[in-house]
Amino acid sequence: MPLHSSIDPSSSDFARNSEAMRGLVADLREKLSQVAGGGGEASRNRHTARGKMLARERVDLLVDPGTSFLELSPLAAYGLYGGDVHSASVVTGVGRISGRECVIVANDATIKGGTYYPMTVKKHLRAQDIARQNNLPCVYMVDSGGAFLPLQDEIFPDERHFGRIFYNQAQMSSQGIPQIAIVMGSCTAGGAYVPAMSDESIIVRNQGTIFLGGPPLVKAATGEVVSAEELGGADVHSRQSGVTDHYAQNDAHAIGIARRIVGTLKPSGRPNLNMHPPRDPLFAAEEIYGVVPVDGRKPFDVRDIIARIVDGSEFDEFKKLYGTTLVCGFAHIWGYPVGIIANNGILFSESSLKGAHFIELCCQRGIPLVFLQNITGFMVGKKYEAGGIARDGAKLVTAVATASVPKFTVVIGGSYGAGNYGMCGRAYSPRFLWMWPNARISVMGGEQASMVLSQVRRDNIEAKGDSWSKEEEDKFREPIRAQYESQGHPYYATARLWDDGVIDPADTRLVLGLGLSAASNAPIEPTKFGLFRM
Amino acid sequence: MDSSKLYRRFRTLLIANRGEIACRVIRTARAMGLRTVAVYSEADSDAMHVALADEAVLLGPARARDSYLNVERLIEAARKTGAEAVHPGYGFLSENAEFARACLDAGLVFVGPTAGMMTAMGSKSGSKELMEKAGVPLVPGYHGEAQDEATLSKAADRIGFPVLVKASAGGGGRGMRVVRSAAELGPAIVSAKREALAAFGDDRMLIERYVDNPRHIEVQVIGDSHGNLLSLFERECTLQRRHQKVIEEAPSPTLNAAQRETVSAAARKAASAVNYVGAGTIEFVSDGKDVFFIEMNTRLQVEHPVTELITGIDLVEWQLRVAFGEALPLKQDEIRLNGHAIEARVYAENPTKNFMPSVGRISTWRLPAETGGLRIDAGYREGDIVSPYYDAMLAKTIAWAPTRDVAIDRLNRGLEESDVRGIVTNIPFLSALITHPKVRANAIDTGFIERELAVLTSAAPAPGELELCAAVAAIVNDECQAAQAKANSPWQTFGWQPVGRRQRRFAFRVGHGPEQKITLNYGSGPSTLVIGDRELAFTIAAKDGGFDLTLDGVKSSVAAVIDGHELYLRTRNGRFDLHWVDPFGGESEEHVGEDKIAAPLPGTVVAVLAEEGAKLEKGAPILTLEVMKMEQTLRAPFAGVLRSIKCKVGDIVQEGVELAVVEPSGD
Repeated sequence: MPLHSSIDPSSSDFARNSEAMRGLVADLREKLSQVAGGGGEASRNRHTARGKMLARERVDLLVDPGTSFLELSPLAAYGLYGGDVHSASVVTGVGRISGRECVIVANDATIKGGTYYPMTVKKHLRAQDIARQNNLPCVYMVDSGGAFLPLQDEIFPDERHFGRIFYNQAQMSSQGIPQIAIVMGSCTAGGAYVPAMSDESIIVRNQGTIFLGGPPLVKAATGEVVSAEELGGADVHSRQSGVTDHYAQNDAHAIGIARRIVGTLKPSGRPNLNMHPPRDPLFAAEEIYGVVPVDGRKPFDVRDIIARIVDGSEFDEFKKLYGTTLVCGFAHIWGYPVGIIANNGILFSESSLKGAHFIELCCQRGIPLVFLQNITGFMVGKKYEAGGIARDGAKLVTAVATASVPKFTVVIGGSYGAGNYGMCGRAYSPRFLWMWPNARISVMGGEQASMVLSQVRRDNIEAKGDSWSKEEEDKFREPIRAQYESQGHPYYATARLWDDGVIDPADTRLVLGLGLSAASNAPIEPTKFGLFRM
Repeated sequence: MDSSKLYRRFRTLLIANRGEIACRVIRTARAMGLRTVAVYSEADSDAMHVALADEAVLLGPARARDSYLNVERLIEAARKTGAEAVHPGYGFLSENAEFARACLDAGLVFVGPTAGMMTAMGSKSGSKELMEKAGVPLVPGYHGEAQDEATLSKAADRIGFPVLVKASAGGGGRGMRVVRSAAELGPAIVSAKREALAAFGDDRMLIERYVDNPRHIEVQVIGDSHGNLLSLFERECTLQRRHQKVIEEAPSPTLNAAQRETVSAAARKAASAVNYVGAGTIEFVSDGKDVFFIEMNTRLQVEHPVTELITGIDLVEWQLRVAFGEALPLKQDEIRLNGHAIEARVYAENPTKNFMPSVGRISTWRLPAETGGLRIDAGYREGDIVSPYYDAMLAKTIAWAPTRDVAIDRLNRGLEESDVRGIVTNIPFLSALITHPKVRANAIDTGFIERELAVLTSAAPAPGELELCAAVAAIVNDECQAAQAKANSPWQTFGWQPVGRRQRRFAFRVGHGPEQKITLNYGSGPSTLVIGDRELAFTIAAKDGGFDLTLDGVKSSVAAVIDGHELYLRTRNGRFDLHWVDPFGGESEEHVGEDKIAAPLPGTVVAVLAEEGAKLEKGAPILTLEVMKMEQTLRAPFAGVLRSIKCKVGDIVQEGVELAVVEPSGD
């Protein structure tokens, strides 16, 4: 049954909400267009003067013309490292190449020579995770000077640092995930293993180089003076070393070869999903802007969001009258069946149990889960603790953690405390996680945190017999509030790869559709739930 | 002979022809409730006329004399299928008296005149004699034995200048002179006689009226077996190429009403001389004032539709009714002339290559709908093969309108909106021809096409802004159609992405011309096209055979055909053939990895086969190595100039050593 909308688009609330959200979306667009410029005009001109294409141009040519490209975390490293390492100097995303969905990783050499900052490593690894989880072929367009040496301690040695890239390549290869490398610039030191560990690699002549030690290192080590081209250019690797398999005239030619290679890959076996022909929702996507209140603390009916996301606005709600602060139900998005779990208030025992039950249903039926997260947390207080909310919350967390159907999370409002866990936060490995620009994410709200901390302090002060004035307390609380506001902001989150990108709420349906399509490249494994404490 | 034996009702008609006329006859026969039988050769087993007929019989191999000209097989085909009548169409056996007789002998109705009538009209000299007796005007001339100057000069005076003096034994223009006045006659005869004697050993001359600016005018007639004979006005077919009619119209724009009546009366007289039965055409040559009999065609003509359109008569229907033995349904004074009709013959031929026939598969066949005064008689469909065995006429495009000017405009529009691909057609040539100001002004003669050939076959215009945009639109439209045909997918959202706009660079060229570049910006926000520093807002709406392209608010209709990287576009500026340069540079791929001429294995140079500085074709041998007792010749990887040879015979070379350098040529 189609959902009815309780929203009046001609109301003043709607107009106010809409205006506020449009402001946020405009700000997002502004930031995205900033990072689209890569390393700035001068750097771009230097790059293109050498006959090289820009990273996003390369991606554009690589993916099928006219198709969407789901770029991931474009605002990675936003505000970090001096603020100009746009997109963490690497473009990643999911796109269609020769009809096949693939993960693409393209270094942006216009930004600090495409070197790897900590967030670059994190973003590269995240792209590989997506490829591995969703069984997607990977195309690496390599044009990087390697690790950003001043930050080597944050890049090199740890478990999820630079070395993990090649570990992943080997692991993915062992799982049968095809990987193709196009060497369009430097592949120095560890970077040399990207093409060397790919299924097939392509090198662009007079442009791509691969070596374990570059000319300066060679000179330092052995005194041998050699040019980069002589040391590890296309001719060396295509004719002598065999490190590369295809010799390309230029970027475009190399991309053409990569497209042909992907075209020869065997199609992925799609899971047996109950697909429907896609239908648009009955309500315009941009009406979402007017649904979400300007004040994040004000409640709204999440069904008004669902109605603007799902096919035909049709939503088969489960346990509608029970545990009403959690809305659960079945729908289709772009034809894909989904089970939607969305917050309509604080989580109570009942809503937790309902959520766990619903996740069991989806896992039993092999239906992907979509979490629409807007949660301040689980209910607190004597009555609820005594009622065993920790036990019931644990059931939900266990169900979310161990559900092996594809999970997708969109943070449409608050993401606080254990609510983040119960609603499939980043730590619960959703296939993709996106945030809306109005979202906030932190262990608790700034107001609550400042209150908790000031209460602790007041207790300490008063225990010593001293007194603490209201003004002093306010002064104490203000920076805490400010810190939470800044660290809870979606740009702070996305800069640190806590998500796969901040999205325009009006794009939610499309982004979910692309994610569902990407996820359906991997088989859905049967779920083995953890222990549910009764 | 008892005409009831010759002409009687029948239910099954065999059409002893192929192509458009077979289709044309089947259409009317069907409408009259007849069963139709087609015949075909091995080359035509999938042809349109075979598909249209109720039954079809294979005659034999492709060669016409083994199939469509094989009387025995045709009669047998009729017998096999129970056909009771034969329509011969035009060409092939349509004017073959023997065939008409064979049909009669086999008990078949022959839709046409009797063998006797054909024979009487078949001989050029015999028919002229017959016509002279019947009082039909012939080209005045002197064919006497007396060859003295006085006799010849008197004859010329009688005939009236200009005259043509030509050798009786002649041919090929030798011993032939055009003489425009009495004063020129003497010397012309002397020189013509000298030439004739040398060429043919016979210096006898004949003199005829020289028809200046000759025009071809013909009159449609039809007679029944009850002694009725009608003329259905004239057609003018002056636009010819090597005696092949190209454009035909009715009525003739050259004749006035009185002349029309004169020529019609002459035609009736001519046909009556043999008591003609069936549809026929009396052909005349005219200098614009007088008409002179040339010959009679005892069959339906290719150009019969123009007569049908101005009279409202279905000539095939009337042919069949005459064959049934019916009397003609109208009297002469009931035949009305209404408006003007003009026909163009669409051929598979290349006007820029001396009208060389073009054969192959018709990959695209889009002709306009038969509305608004347009009629199309076609013998081919999309996917059909045009074989080299038969006449290369594909279709006739015919336009009717109240006036000649509008008919020409309608015909031109019909031709302009025809898109035929896979083979070369004369459609652009036909457009150029009928829009030529002298054609509109009727200032033409039978030599017009030959004289104006350069203008009529001038090169297509170079693609401009509109065409480049249309080329991009054609590609995008094609891709969108293909995507839509597949499952509706979130990936097909025309370039959605969160960061920046999508950009696509295209390069096109015509033949070996320079590349013309254009960029498409799309994705979030309205799509634009950029050519140089011009940016145009751009939308497309697909429709049959192409799309509507809107550039900066101006909509125009474009027809397009895409075959891989070859684009055909028809815009308001004409037709364009563009090559879409591979965006991945695949076309230069032959250079890849082979641009170095190096020893593939260690070996000995045993021969140097090219000199430094030599221009080499791709694949030209440069030197030979002996490798492991096997000889291996190294060749030019692409066309270019041999810059240097870095070895000599006898050298032992190591693997990978460069032995020669070829510099690719500029294009």
